[in-house]
Amino acid sequence: MLSRRNPQLNAHGELIHLLSIEGLPRAILTQILDTAGTFLSVNEREVKKVPLLRGKSVFNLFFENSTRTRTTFEIAAKRLSADVINLDIARSSTAKGESLLDTIANLSAMHADMFIVRHAESGAPYLIAQHVAPHVHVVNAGDGRHAHPTQALLDMYTIRHFKRDFTNLTVAVVGDIVHSRVARSDIHALTTLGVPEIRAVGPKTLVPGDLSAMGVRVCHDMAEGIRGADVIIMLRLQNERMSGAMLPSAGEFFMTYGLTPEKLALAKPDAIVMHPGPINRGVEIDSQVADGRASVILPQVTFGIAVRMAVMSLIAGNQA
Amino acid sequence: MTTTLQLDAEALYADLREGVRRILRPPSAGPTSLVGIWSGGAWLAERLQRDLGLAGAPGVISSTLHRDDFGSRGLTARSDATQLPFDIEGRHIVLVDDVLYTGRTVRAVINELYDFGRPASVTLAVLVDRGGRELPIEAACMAARLVLPATQKLTLARDENGRFSFSVRERPAA
Repeated sequence: MLSRRNPQLNAHGELIHLLSIEGLPRAILTQILDTAGTFLSVNEREVKKVPLLRGKSVFNLFFENSTRTRTTFEIAAKRLSADVINLDIARSSTAKGESLLDTIANLSAMHADMFIVRHAESGAPYLIAQHVAPHVHVVNAGDGRHAHPTQALLDMYTIRHFKRDFTNLTVAVVGDIVHSRVARSDIHALTTLGVPEIRAVGPKTLVPGDLSAMGVRVCHDMAEGIRGADVIIMLRLQNERMSGAMLPSAGEFFMTYGLTPEKLALAKPDAIVMHPGPINRGVEIDSQVADGRASVILPQVTFGIAVRMAVMSLIAGNQA
Repeated sequence: MTTTLQLDAEALYADLREGVRRILRPPSAGPTSLVGIWSGGAWLAERLQRDLGLAGAPGVISSTLHRDDFGSRGLTARSDATQLPFDIEGRHIVLVDDVLYTGRTVRAVINELYDFGRPASVTLAVLVDRGGRELPIEAACMAARLVLPATQKLTLARDENGRFSFSVRERPAA
C-alpha cells in the first residue's frame, strides 16, 4: 500500500528525495538556502571540494537533453567528492526498449547511491523514488511540465541574496507559463516563502487561467505585469511552441512581452532580472537587459552549483 | 537534566589566556593567528584576541563539512560557516576550543584548515581536556583536565556580558 506521507520526507519530516517544491514546508526550503550559503564559500576556496559524499556514486540520468543542468549537477556532486556517472540514456537503453524501472534496477545493481533524473514525462522521478532501495536518493532535475525544484531553489537563493526578505516583494514571472516547470516550481516556492504578490504575465494562450486559485495575479498586459516589480523572472520561449497556434511569431512575442530597457523602466529602480537560461536574445529578452545592471542571470548559475550541493548533501545525510 | 558544574569558567579562561600567551611564537617566527572552533572556541578566540592585544580579527572554523559522522547524522541546520580573514599559507595557527574530548572535531577542522592552504604549524589550546580521546590528538595548553562519564555533555555558555560558564547535561540516549 502506498503511504499517504509526502514521498520526499521520512517519518521525521526530513528531506530524503527532492521531487517537487509543492508540499515542502518553509523550514526545509530555508534550510536548503542556508546550507547553500555555506557551500557558496566552498566554491571560492583554494580546495573546492569537501568529502561529504566521498565513496558515493551519483548517476546523472538525463532522459531529456540538458547540457547545462547536467553539468551543474556534475560539478556540484564532484565538489562533494562523489563519483559521477553520466549516462547518455536517451541514446542507449531506452532506445533499445528497456523500461524505466528496468533501467533503474540495473543501475541500482551497480550500487548507485543517488539518481539525478530529468525526464519528459511528468512524475517519472516519483516513480523512481518509489522503487529504489531505502538508502538511494532521487533528485528531480526537471520532469515534463511538472516541476524543476532545484531551479526554483536557486531562484529563491538569488532573490534572497539580492533582496534579503521575501515578505515585502512583488515578483513577476513572464512568458510561457503554461509549459514551464520552472514557473510552476517558482510559484510554489515564492508562495511558501511568503511573497505577498506574485504575477504571471503572458498571452492568454501561454498563461493558465487556474493560476488565480493559487493566489497568483494573472496579467495579460506586460506593462501592468511588471509595473513596480522587485523581481522579474523571464522564462525561455520554447521554439517548439511557435509552430502551433499558440503564438504568431517570435518577433511579435518580443514586441509585446520581450523585456526591453523601456519596459524594465516600469519596474522598481532596483529591480533584478532573472532567467533560467539558455536565453534567447531578441525573443524574450533584449541584449541590453540581459547584459545590463539589473541582470543577475550569471549569479544564478553560480548559486545553482551551491544550491545543488546543498540539496545533495542534505538528502544524502537523511535516512529513509 | 542540566546542572551547573563546579567549574569556574572565568578562572579557567584566565589560565588559558596565560597559557596561550606562552605558546604564541615571537613575531620573528612569522605570522601567527588564532582560529576558534565554532561555537565555544570562537567565543574564546574572540576574547583572547582582544585580551592578548593581537591585531586584526581571529578566524572561525567549522567542522561541519569534514565530520566523520555525516553518514549517520547528516547535515544539521547551523550557521557555522568557516571564516578565515587571513591567508593560511605559511601562517602559524593556534586552534582554540572549549572542550577537547574524542579529538574528532579537531581532526575535522585540521582538514578544513588545509582546504585554505598549507599552514606553517598548527597547535591546539583548550579550556578543558575531558579525556576520552579516540584519535592521537593532544593540546599544547589547557586550563583544566577532568574525567567525565561518556553520558555527560560539557558545554560552554556565554552570557550577554560576555562571561563564560559551563553546563553539564545528560546526553539523550542514542
